[in-house]
Amino acid sequence: MKKVLSLLLVLALTLSCLTGCGSSGGDEAETTAAAGAETAAAEEEDAGAEGEGVMPAIAKEDIKVGVIHLSDPAEGSGYTYTHDQGIIGMQENLGLSDDQIVRKNSVDDTNVSEIDTAIRECIEEGCNIIFATSWGYMDTCEALAEEYPDVIFSHGTGYKCNGVNFNNYFGRIYQARYLSGIAAGLKTETNKIGYVAAMGQDNSEVTGGCDAFAMGVYSVNPEAEVYVKVTNSWFDPEGEKQAADALLAEGCDVIGQHCDTPNPQLAAEEQGVWGVGYNSDMSKDAPDAVLTSVVWDWSVYYTKAVESVINGTWTGENYYEGLAEGLVDIAPLADFCAEGTEEKINEAKEKMLSGEWDVFSGLIETNEGEIVCEEGQTLDDATITGGINWYYKNVVVK
Amino acid sequence: MEFIINFLVAAVAAGTPLLFGTLGEIMNEKVGHLNLGVEGMMSIGACAGLLAGYHTDNFIIALAAAFLAAALSALVYALLTVTLMANQNVTGLTLTIFGIGLSNFIGIWALEHSETGTLKLPEMITAQMRDIHIPGLSDLPVAGPLLFSYSPFVYIGILIAIVLAFYLNKTKSGLNLQAIGHNPGAADAAGIKVTQYKYASILLGGGICGIGGAYCAMIINGGVWVNNNVGGLGWIAVALVIFANWKPVNAIGGSFVFGALRILKYYVPKSIFPLPNAFYDMMPFLITALILVITSMRKKRNLSLPAHLGNNYFREER
Repeated sequence: MKKVLSLLLVLALTLSCLTGCGSSGGDEAETTAAAGAETAAAEEEDAGAEGEGVMPAIAKEDIKVGVIHLSDPAEGSGYTYTHDQGIIGMQENLGLSDDQIVRKNSVDDTNVSEIDTAIRECIEEGCNIIFATSWGYMDTCEALAEEYPDVIFSHGTGYKCNGVNFNNYFGRIYQARYLSGIAAGLKTETNKIGYVAAMGQDNSEVTGGCDAFAMGVYSVNPEAEVYVKVTNSWFDPEGEKQAADALLAEGCDVIGQHCDTPNPQLAAEEQGVWGVGYNSDMSKDAPDAVLTSVVWDWSVYYTKAVESVINGTWTGENYYEGLAEGLVDIAPLADFCAEGTEEKINEAKEKMLSGEWDVFSGLIETNEGEIVCEEGQTLDDATITGGINWYYKNVVVK
Repeated sequence: MEFIINFLVAAVAAGTPLLFGTLGEIMNEKVGHLNLGVEGMMSIGACAGLLAGYHTDNFIIALAAAFLAAALSALVYALLTVTLMANQNVTGLTLTIFGIGLSNFIGIWALEHSETGTLKLPEMITAQMRDIHIPGLSDLPVAGPLLFSYSPFVYIGILIAIVLAFYLNKTKSGLNLQAIGHNPGAADAAGIKVTQYKYASILLGGGICGIGGAYCAMIINGGVWVNNNVGGLGWIAVALVIFANWKPVNAIGGSFVFGALRILKYYVPKSIFPLPNAFYDMMPFLITALILVITSMRKKRNLSLPAHLGNNYFREER
């Protein structure tokens, strides 16, 4: 019996370790785009007359794209689904055939040997460009890029790049979050808006997104507060539901989220209130609750990247675009959004598109009373991706 | 005050899947079989329950489907460990891996073949399974939300626990069943049909786990298919059996305490206790370790622990 007990203890410990690991790997990003550009420029000089590209062009028929997915795109919503929609969009835009796309699904991004095997399998099957969609794939990509100089590695949501055959892509999702905050701020009646965040204050991607959402809320409804609860996990269906339930119990009537499952939206729907989805259009899952969703259109980047390989204009630079390129956006507004939501959103969108103003411009005060951005200033990209560790003044951590 | 009530209500809701898993595992362990397949059986129950609910729009049929499908998966375990004498730990772990994989496979397949691209339970069943509201009783202050505001699952779970406690301790058949867990050889000599009891108990336990799985799919995930929707709760249930000291009634309290520990981080105000979330994530495991230490320190021999737990019964070696 002692053995059984010790086995159980070991299991419990293993589980707790696993949970620990799950929450530590973050999408915290730090842009080295500048460094990448410099290297790219240097490479260009070496390449001489070869146009602006740093890799030889590959004919369209010879292109083979490898995709490393975190889970299964068939899930129908969420992170992996959204990336796969981007791949499908790219395939349609460029007219690639099905056997030119190789997918490796459910590759655990904390398991280095699994990642390594998946990528090598892609290369063996003849892939010449590989999209690795999750944070944890970054270091493996970096190492393999050195080993396979003829293969292009493009890694999502990280920051590293070598300026030749390994780059990073990500987007200004905070712009879309700001717009969705406007919808939430106009809709709320209790002036309490909930936000289920995957990671805490130390994670700049999540915290910055939350701040952008809160600033959107503030721009139309300075009275409203944004209550944040952190699940400490990128994927925790139960925790995401429980966090949303706790927020609803505190009187929130709009639930925003930075987490994978539609559970917060379903919790809001159950209570007869509203929410703002993330990744894909979650009105599919909770049609009576979702005002709009903050969505990615990765096909914008995937198309651009593969096209540049075909044209021989691949530069190996980091990619960080947003609303203007159509990489991020909000899903069509529900008809139960408050009056005037569309006008307000379009107004803010115009300003962002024209480039005269961005979310992290002008006076920004944190909820601790600190000024992090002065009037007339704009935070630079390195700060936005890696240095936002404060909450906006109307945010309350619960 | 309202804050405490909200917390307690949420703790019960969070503890309910654990209650089913624990009760199911108790029924397995009472006949001497350590079934580490709780997570897998719950997953299969989740998948069967959700799909049955999706297609029939009937709560009772969904529950029955979850029960039967999980009992069927427990039959595989029983066949391997009772009849074929396979190692219980390995078989149980295999059942977990198999159960999660199979349910994800079927869930994804059904999702791909759904018309709307999402597997969401229809209106009627959602109304049946959501929190009850009894006019008058549910509106009482304090007692209303604390006693009469839960999903029917909660009452079913408590009822099963009480019935099992009565059966195990007050009926001859129940005492026979416990005798098998303590000393199958003696039970066999006394004329108790060991194999039949084992099969019945393991299947019943599996079925109860399945209902817990249905709760994960239908309530926690809001009746929408998500992969891996049991999310490790089955493992906590296995540990909770020790916490509950193999007593079904204790399992009620135990699972609600663990439910409370799991949601603590969302309810303790950060403005008063600014502890990191990781601290709360650790709590259930810390408490489990503490309980194990305390129970092992007690001088009195632990009579609740089925003495033959984890060992298969070879009739020929009596």
